[in-house]
Amino acid sequence: MTRWTLLLVPIVLSVGCQREDRPDHKLGVVSKQLVMPVLSDIHPGGVAPPPPAESPFQDNAWGINEGKRLFDSYNCSGCHSHGGGGMGPALMDDRWIYGSRPENIFSTIVEGRPNGMPSFRGKITDAQIWQLVAFVQSMSGQSSIDSLPGRSDHLTAGTAENGRPAEAPRQTGSPR
Amino acid sequence: MTDEALHRQLADTWYNPAGLVGRLSIVDHKVIARRYIVTAFTFFSIAGVLAALMRLQLAFPDNHFLTADQYNQFFTVHGTAMMFLFAVPVMEAMGVYLVPIMIGTRAIAFPRLNAYSYYVYLFGGVMLFTALFVNSGPDVGWFSYVPLAGPDFGPGKRPDFWAQLITFTEVAGLAVAVELAATILKTRAPGMTVSRIPLFVWAMLVMAFMVIFAMPSVVLSSTFLLLDRLVGTQFYNPAEGGDALLWQHLFWFFGHPEVYIIFVPALGMVSSIIATFTGRPIFGYPAMVSSLVATGFIGFGLWVHHMFATGLPQLGLTYFTAASMIISIPSGVQIFCWIVSLWRGQPRYATPLLFVLGFVAIFVLGGLTGVTLASTPFDLQVHDTYYVVAHFHYVLLGGAVFPLIGGVYFWFPKMTGRMLDERLGKWNFWIFFIGFNTTFFPQHLLGLHGMPRRVYTYPASSGWGTLNLISTAGAMLLAMGGLLLLFNVLRSVRRGAVAPADPWGGEGLEWTVPSPPPAYNFLHVPVVEGRSGNWDRRGNEAPPVVTGIKADCREVLITTVTAAEADHKTIYPDPSIWPFLCSVVTSAFFIGSIFTPWALPVAIPPLAITLIGWFWPKRSDRSTQCDLANNRLEPLRGEA
Amino acid sequence: MNQSALDPHGPVARTILDLGWVLFSVTVVVYVLVLAGLAWALLRQRRESDRTPAADRRFTSIVAALTGVTTLTLVGLVAVSEVSGRALAVPHAIRPVAVDVVGHQWWWEFRYRDENDPSKLVTSPNELHIPVGVPIVMRAMSQDVIHSFWVPNLTGKRDLIPGQVTTTWMQADTAGIYRGQCAEFCGPSHAKMAFLVVAEPVDKFQSWIQHQREPAGVPTTAPAAQGRDLFLSRQCTLCHAIQGTPAGARLGPDLTHVGSRMTIAAGTLANERDPLDAWVENAPSIKPGVRMPPHMLESSEREAVVAYLRSLQ
Repeated sequence: MTRWTLLLVPIVLSVGCQREDRPDHKLGVVSKQLVMPVLSDIHPGGVAPPPPAESPFQDNAWGINEGKRLFDSYNCSGCHSHGGGGMGPALMDDRWIYGSRPENIFSTIVEGRPNGMPSFRGKITDAQIWQLVAFVQSMSGQSSIDSLPGRSDHLTAGTAENGRPAEAPRQTGSPR
Repeated sequence: MTDEALHRQLADTWYNPAGLVGRLSIVDHKVIARRYIVTAFTFFSIAGVLAALMRLQLAFPDNHFLTADQYNQFFTVHGTAMMFLFAVPVMEAMGVYLVPIMIGTRAIAFPRLNAYSYYVYLFGGVMLFTALFVNSGPDVGWFSYVPLAGPDFGPGKRPDFWAQLITFTEVAGLAVAVELAATILKTRAPGMTVSRIPLFVWAMLVMAFMVIFAMPSVVLSSTFLLLDRLVGTQFYNPAEGGDALLWQHLFWFFGHPEVYIIFVPALGMVSSIIATFTGRPIFGYPAMVSSLVATGFIGFGLWVHHMFATGLPQLGLTYFTAASMIISIPSGVQIFCWIVSLWRGQPRYATPLLFVLGFVAIFVLGGLTGVTLASTPFDLQVHDTYYVVAHFHYVLLGGAVFPLIGGVYFWFPKMTGRMLDERLGKWNFWIFFIGFNTTFFPQHLLGLHGMPRRVYTYPASSGWGTLNLISTAGAMLLAMGGLLLLFNVLRSVRRGAVAPADPWGGEGLEWTVPSPPPAYNFLHVPVVEGRSGNWDRRGNEAPPVVTGIKADCREVLITTVTAAEADHKTIYPDPSIWPFLCSVVTSAFFIGSIFTPWALPVAIPPLAITLIGWFWPKRSDRSTQCDLANNRLEPLRGEA
Repeated sequence: MNQSALDPHGPVARTILDLGWVLFSVTVVVYVLVLAGLAWALLRQRRESDRTPAADRRFTSIVAALTGVTTLTLVGLVAVSEVSGRALAVPHAIRPVAVDVVGHQWWWEFRYRDENDPSKLVTSPNELHIPVGVPIVMRAMSQDVIHSFWVPNLTGKRDLIPGQVTTTWMQADTAGIYRGQCAEFCGPSHAKMAFLVVAEPVDKFQSWIQHQREPAGVPTTAPAAQGRDLFLSRQCTLCHAIQGTPAGARLGPDLTHVGSRMTIAAGTLANERDPLDAWVENAPSIKPGVRMPPHMLESSEREAVVAYLRSLQ
């Protein structure tokens, strides 16, 4: 009997609920979440930095897939191509100018950045931004392998996300 | 040697080991088949519960009993489990149990492959239902059309579990088909010429060949899907030279024969039951056999009738319309021959015959709606509506499950040594019959009134509420019938009347062996002299038997294909744990390859090890010793 | 309004129903005969003469004859089916109206092209207006997965397959409103992907097309004007177009004349103030999986936007 359970446990664990969640209920709730990105490892005094914001679609295949769709619909590809960059920096490599944590990517999209990244505050909802965050992370393999999107159904530009090697974010002075 | 001594020696030779490792090593076809049947009915029950939940959701318009996501997973898993985990395996399993004792041999060919196929099937089913219970159940329909099931529109791993389930069940199904074909063609008792093969065995042979030719197509299509999703191939991507319709062709080339794979064995069961309960062999044996074979052949030429709405050229549509209509001719011939058989015999209305009569009433209606669906213009109105749902439940439930349950009542005494309760059986039949028709007849009308398939809800303004409510009520009745069958089986297994070898006055050889049969099936391998193995031997004190087959070895007589003349003898393998170990590695490989392509290279070494262990001839095995002795390759070294 | 194949309002659906009656009659007769044969076989008196070789020969001829009758019947049905099929070929005689049907997850885009002037293209989401008595030839395409165009009162199905263009046609012989629905499982909201076919006299149809070509009207009330400003400054323009304003995105349905349609959300909701408000507030709760985000506006803002949308006649 124990032999059977041991066999089933890895199956059950590897399957996982989080990957397959279809979180319709999260789409509204996330709008109220306060996001405070951390841009440095150094903090004055003994106060701990605020806890990192929870990325609602972390490792969620559906959310990442929606993010992939939005990435093309909202023309992020126009500057970033499909992760390789162009006018904008590459998103599939290990270099993160403004930080690779979910809340950093969130604030990049919301605030915009110098030298051409527009601010999308008020133009796309927070839930959609979190979906884009999850997708951008997946471009460099920062999501679990079973939640990475596969090839798209149009003319494909390069390998699909689940076929790319994971790029651990490089320490460049900015936090992770 | 006296019969008593012979029995002891044969029982010792054909032993089934005990203990956990022992039970996992058993290669006796009857044990494996019983496990298959119990597992298949378990999956049937779970899939039935899913259907009941679906019907509850659809009982009222704009219902919120199930969410859309749950409903989509439920209808997908219901269909997938019914088709792949219940219908085909249970029909194959009835064959695995009955064919060897119907043709007078001691075992099924390739016994270890048989054991392996069961474990692979079991692990596949467990995988699918585990996936469902952790919100990862496939949700794109049992035929999983791309691009919805593709990587772009089916995120996560849900369709991958579906596609890999196909791999599990196709490996198991192909293995059993190969064993059945080999058993039927090469190990029949001497004298069982081609024109004396029982109709059930013919049906199993036709089914086996259909499986061999059809299943590779779906293995191919599901493998392409897995590759598209996992490693980014472009088989189904129109933008890069692939084709969304490729999936449909490959799937339905399998999918249409699949329903005949399920249906043809049921035809064999009907023949067995009618013959026994009329007291005469089935009328028109050559016509019956030709019809089975014709159904098998023509079944491969129909698949495009699932694609009439995809915009195909007119000539193609005409051909497939014609083919889809003429396949009802062999079925019609069989119905006519059965009616003649009932006409000229003396019917005894035991439960198995009731289920067969129910089959005629339900299946013929389903077959006729099938003829209407074959007509392209009409199909364009009712395709993908509840009319089709009604049609295929009529032909599958009526055409396959009713005969199967009749077969359960018929052969339960043989398999367990106990009789099922007749009174409960009659209640079972009527509740099923009424429940079934109440559930599915209104669905014809729902389809004509415009209700599409696979909708988790419908608006109140559609006017479909009443018929849906009636259908749901019928489904609850059908569920009660299922519970009654389960109750009957569980009670009778322990407290049913003890069954003799031949409780019904049955026609075939299976009724000449005890109930349940010993591990070696026949004390003396029979020589067959007619089509009705049991009736031909009635009143004969010393029926002809084969002599010269060793009892201290697992020796089996191999005969020629058509005339069944004795050809040579071969040694069958002893019980072995390697099929189980190989199935574990296979299953881990299949499940792993859902998540990473590395599963393939990682799986090959352990797979090689288990296969080597499986095939390596072991001196400690009695079968190896027998083999060496037979071939006089070297003298025995004091081992028994 | 029913959605029934048994209530045809056009030549295609009528031909199919006529064929259906032929098939049904044959089916019923065969079924009754088979059951009668079975009943007679079970209930009759058994006789000794049943067990003679002569009886077997008689049975053989009977079964052979029945098989022959079955074959001839089926050949007849194939012929009838073929004749019906040919009658349903796309007509060439009359000048048809050409419509492109583009399927999306989970809404319909109907495009009327003018062969001479591309700028006269009309896009009508989820509501297909057609002139009565004129054949409508449709080219069907899909933007994502396989859908199926089906209006039971008027015509049989045609699948919309990505990467291909399929063709079908239909014609309405009586004016009226007919409901159609997607008939190929296409995702969570497949059950809610419906559309309306509005068949009207030719002159009304022409004026409808003409009106659809016009850009959106300027809002006349203050709430509607506020709604327009909100529409143009917030998330709406990322997905929706309104001709005559800067909003030009093609992801979601074109809203230029949304107020003039009978339903919204692909036939799911009536186009009235409260359903529209509920839709704008939380579309995914009404159609699971839909890509229109919820909770974009405060309730007062939403009121204004809804007022603006309803003003877009």
